[in-house]
Amino acid sequence: MKNESFGKKILNFIGNNSVPILFVLICVICIPISGFSASYLINEIVTRMGRNIFLILCLLIPIMAGMGLNFGMTLGAMAAELALILVSDWQIWGIPGIVLAMILSIPFSIVLGTFCGKILNMAKGREMITSYIISFFMNGIYQLIVLYMMGPIIPIKHSNVKLPRGYGIRNSVDLIHMRQYLDNLIAVRIGGVKIPVLTFLIIGVLCLFIIWFRKTKLGQDMRAVGQDMNVARDAGINVERTRIISIVMSTVLAGFGMVIYLQNMGNIATYSSHSQIGMFCIAALLVGGASVDRASIGNVFLGVILFHTMFIVAPKAGAMITGDSMIGEYFRVFISYGVITLSLILYETKKRKSKSLVGQQLAQAQKDEEEKA
Amino acid sequence: MNETLADRNNFTVRDRLKSMVRNFGLPRLIIAGFLLLLFIAAPFVGADFWTQISNTINRFSWNAVMVLAMVPMIHSGCGLNFGLPLGIISGLLGATLSIELGFTGPVSFVMAVAIATPFALILGAGYGWLLNKIKGGEMMIATYVGFSSVSFMCMMWLLLPYHSPTMVWGLSGKGLRTTISLEGFYDKVLANILQINIGNLSIPTGTLLFFALLAWLMWAFLHTKTGTAMTAVGSNPTFARAAGVNVDKMRMLSVVMSTWLAAIGILVYEQGFGFIQLYMAPFYMALPAVSAILIGGASVNKASIGHVILGTFLFQGIVTMTPTVMNNAIHMDMSEVIRVVASQGMILYALTRKTEVTK
Repeated sequence: MKNESFGKKILNFIGNNSVPILFVLICVICIPISGFSASYLINEIVTRMGRNIFLILCLLIPIMAGMGLNFGMTLGAMAAELALILVSDWQIWGIPGIVLAMILSIPFSIVLGTFCGKILNMAKGREMITSYIISFFMNGIYQLIVLYMMGPIIPIKHSNVKLPRGYGIRNSVDLIHMRQYLDNLIAVRIGGVKIPVLTFLIIGVLCLFIIWFRKTKLGQDMRAVGQDMNVARDAGINVERTRIISIVMSTVLAGFGMVIYLQNMGNIATYSSHSQIGMFCIAALLVGGASVDRASIGNVFLGVILFHTMFIVAPKAGAMITGDSMIGEYFRVFISYGVITLSLILYETKKRKSKSLVGQQLAQAQKDEEEKA
Repeated sequence: MNETLADRNNFTVRDRLKSMVRNFGLPRLIIAGFLLLLFIAAPFVGADFWTQISNTINRFSWNAVMVLAMVPMIHSGCGLNFGLPLGIISGLLGATLSIELGFTGPVSFVMAVAIATPFALILGAGYGWLLNKIKGGEMMIATYVGFSSVSFMCMMWLLLPYHSPTMVWGLSGKGLRTTISLEGFYDKVLANILQINIGNLSIPTGTLLFFALLAWLMWAFLHTKTGTAMTAVGSNPTFARAAGVNVDKMRMLSVVMSTWLAAIGILVYEQGFGFIQLYMAPFYMALPAVSAILIGGASVNKASIGHVILGTFLFQGIVTMTPTVMNNAIHMDMSEVIRVVASQGMILYALTRKTEVTK
């Protein structure tokens, strides 16, 4: 009897955590095949954790407010890139440059986030597809600003940033004087593994902030809105405003995260850095076992580790198995999209199931009532 | 007395104009006005008017079928088919297999259609089954089904045992190239039928007729009993179920139709363009088709053949006209930016309209 329930528990556990378990399996199979050394792998993963976790954490707030996966985090990334382009043209380098870029990205993020939040309020019930299209739409506006308005309207002085034709920004902006300044400021080496302590401290502060924020009035309001908008409205919460705030917060944090990401990378791919970032962050979060309506800080950390292990080993493992390195490249892209697809499907089916369950319970209750009468 | 009458007339005219604008939608009006402006400006900036017109008509003929593929799913309430790449993949399988099997000339087009059809039916059925499981969340999942299928096929194009020397990489002898020329196969096979050439104006009559045929079939289908049932499912599923319509079956049928039309659509596109594009090329192909039908006046749950024709013409008109006209006018190629902003803006506009969400 006890064994049976234990077996059931395991089955339940597997059912609820199918995505992370699948990823553990992929990693376990691919790591030996790829033939990477442990120290190399750990080094890479630690670097990528420092680079990505802040960005992924920004997704938690809209999930709390019931707005699903914020594909509009790309807007924050664009804000950060605008800020970094300006800062690097002003030639403010090092830590001051990074801090200034973060500060400068705030107003951009707030404007973009408010826009995004307002639009999402007009498209309740399909926030995800709308935020996804917003990211494309804003990419057009971003190009308009960076490619045509930087130079004639927004002054850009230095030729290493500006295109030779006199306006617009180069395809790649070099951040060599900012490269890993944040990571190296307090770095500890343990057995050949470089740990960017300061970056992790910043991430830790953000985690504490999120934990604290959940307990504040605003955080509680957001959760109430996420549970049921109508009930929240009846309880006197300004639903629209709360939703906009959650998106603005997410966008601002995404801006900070993107500055951290780019200082680690050491250069900005002006027209493509932001385009993939949303997809990879969302995939990583989902790999960590999060779903569209529920995500924790633990999901973020587990997700980053699993997703990026796969990301590092897949090309090499693919090359070893099939003899073609491109297979592995395509494989990891496929896995990223596949995970998002799978999670979305699981979420929607679960939602429908619980809805029909509620309906059945209601019908049963009604029946009981009738029988009593 | 007369004055008041005139006033009233004025008032009603203005009122009517206002309601017309409201029905037509402001963004749509802006886009149509912008295109009109481009056509007027074209001769002044030195772009040949008739070349522009024939470019627009040509691009219209390439893309119209893919836009038509949006219609059935909108009618059955499945929303905009962001999963168009799935159908495109069936088309690409048909195209590559037809060449691999050694067909050339116009026959290769017929064979490509024939081979693509079973793939489209099977994939469409699976896709339709999935969409029936997740009613209400179709659009987001459709997007990602499209993406995952494209990235999955990226691996397959490398791994599948293709051998035709016109398609595989010359050096290694395996793995399909990213672009495959259709010369000698079905390049312009439809366009060359009854093609009309007057000076700079050339009209690909065959392609247009082919589209007209498919559009007419779609129109006729929507007026059959099944087609009406499908529309009923889209506009009010509860009512449709009460009337004895099998909702899931109708939705499934619409998805299969849409997927098949997408497969045919990409083949028509290829014959006009002259190349097969593989790997990541189908990735974003859903978005132009979606925005085209929306620009034409469709909404998330309402679409007609007229919307397809008008929308494709407006969208492709802007795509073809902006580079030349803008380039000649201000010596700045802003066409990409304008295209992105206009098309995505249109999708955003449609998504934010209040429509009763079908569950």
